[in-house]
Amino acid sequence: MNRAQNWLQGLASGEPLPGFPASVQVVDGELDNRLARFIAVVPDVHNPFARARTGEVGLLEGWGLAKAVAEAVDADRDGEKRVVVALIDVPSQAYGRREEALGIHQALAGAVEAYAQARLAGHPVIGLLVGKAMSGAFLAHGYQAQRLIALDDSGVMVHAMGKAAAARITLRSVEDLEALAAEVPPMAYDLGSYASLGLLHTRLAVDNAQAPTAQDLAQVRASLIDAVRDIGDTTDLRSRLDGEHRSASREVRQRLRSQWQEA
Amino acid sequence: MTDSERLLHSRSFVELGARQRARALLDTGSFRELLGPFDRLMSPWLPRQGIVPQADDGVVIAKGKLAGRPAVVAAIEGGFQGGSMGEVGGAKIAGALELAVEDNRNGIPTCAVLLLETGGVRLQEANLGLAAIAEIQAAIIELRAHQPVVGVIAGSVGCFGGMSIAAGLCSHLLVTREARLGLNGPQVIEQEAGIGEYDSRDRPFIWSLTGGEQRHASGLVDAYVADDVEAIRSQLLALLAAPSAQRASRHQWFLERLAQLGDDCPQLDAAAVRALYQGDA
Repeated sequence: MNRAQNWLQGLASGEPLPGFPASVQVVDGELDNRLARFIAVVPDVHNPFARARTGEVGLLEGWGLAKAVAEAVDADRDGEKRVVVALIDVPSQAYGRREEALGIHQALAGAVEAYAQARLAGHPVIGLLVGKAMSGAFLAHGYQAQRLIALDDSGVMVHAMGKAAAARITLRSVEDLEALAAEVPPMAYDLGSYASLGLLHTRLAVDNAQAPTAQDLAQVRASLIDAVRDIGDTTDLRSRLDGEHRSASREVRQRLRSQWQEA
Repeated sequence: MTDSERLLHSRSFVELGARQRARALLDTGSFRELLGPFDRLMSPWLPRQGIVPQADDGVVIAKGKLAGRPAVVAAIEGGFQGGSMGEVGGAKIAGALELAVEDNRNGIPTCAVLLLETGGVRLQEANLGLAAIAEIQAAIIELRAHQPVVGVIAGSVGCFGGMSIAAGLCSHLLVTREARLGLNGPQVIEQEAGIGEYDSRDRPFIWSLTGGEQRHASGLVDAYVADDVEAIRSQLLALLAAPSAQRASRHQWFLERLAQLGDDCPQLDAAAVRALYQGDA
């Protein structure tokens, strides 16, 4: 069972909206007495694209996410901006011939575009990491959020590539990769190392990350509400730059700024 | 000019390094590099993995002019670590685009050109590369509201991974025949899906699906030009004055097209993709 689906059903009561691919579930619920759109990518064994049947973000998912978010932005153009919550358990992007041929990069760009435009239009956008958040799939589904919240659970993982594939591509053994990852925080697969990069707003310990209890749901709702208030009317990603292990990201920006004005 | 004269006068863009490319595109004499190699801002993560870092981390940032208008060029050096995005190189691109946004807010209409030769995230800096790419994407979208952001994929590395998504966010994309544009590199697809799905050594097959000519013929990029410095520069200037296709906002159009492929999409060849994506819905 997909974790995002479980959390979606717990956090937003109501039927998924029609008009989306079966792998993109969209439910409008409520958060702090404010309309909130919860969005999850879930497995669909009947997905027309065979390489995207186990929860991967592929062509339909990228464009479907774009539609889910862009329609909320359109609907709220003249009113209160609803909260947008991406529930994230995405094992990877879809790897396949159909995907490359039909421009999966453009489909994922569609999703990135929609989330970023929602943020810029004044929607509080939150990424809730309940499972895997891998690479291009995470870029398309959640990484444009103003705040990222992660369950403090060993099944929650952020990375650019799975361990086995990363070892092959960098010509290392999995053991060597693990040894390096222990010393190099951005390479590590554990959430604690990820947190040291400063990209998370909050980590939350829950009783059951797979199938949340009523108490887990209440706790996560409270955390989402806190994040919405923390976002206020900010629309950028600046809060991510303060991490212990991101000093180079800060130094580059600072020195670039001083040279920019002189050039 | 005859064809052979033209050939003799042409100057390859693909053969130039990142710094030369940036210089060749900007108006003569206007190139000013920021955070150049003498600033020695290098990857803090590569040395501890036994990999020699590079003094510019494989990214050249240059301010200058394009037909007189203020511009910033971010050029990725495909020759260093496959053009991969690490923390420093990624921050250089994101930071430059963020400063271009600030320029526009202050009444300076700075546009941007991205020279994309990259395999995507640098796996040795994995999560910081991924985070930087998310920030590059955010900055492209924000800058695009003010001034065009043009992506140029000349080859020979091509543009892959998270940076192919960034390419899909640009106001305009310009490619050559040497270019490839795709999310996943051929080797990774072959490893994940098998050689029957994707044969990474079958170069004609790979170019037929992801090469510059095919991407142009199927409407996924805006301009297709010969590998020639002057041709690329003049096409770049033309794109700066053209309206954007806003491809990333066309979810409705793409969903309609994909729906035509049925409940169990077959494998498609280049001609089938062109047929599906040509024309208006």
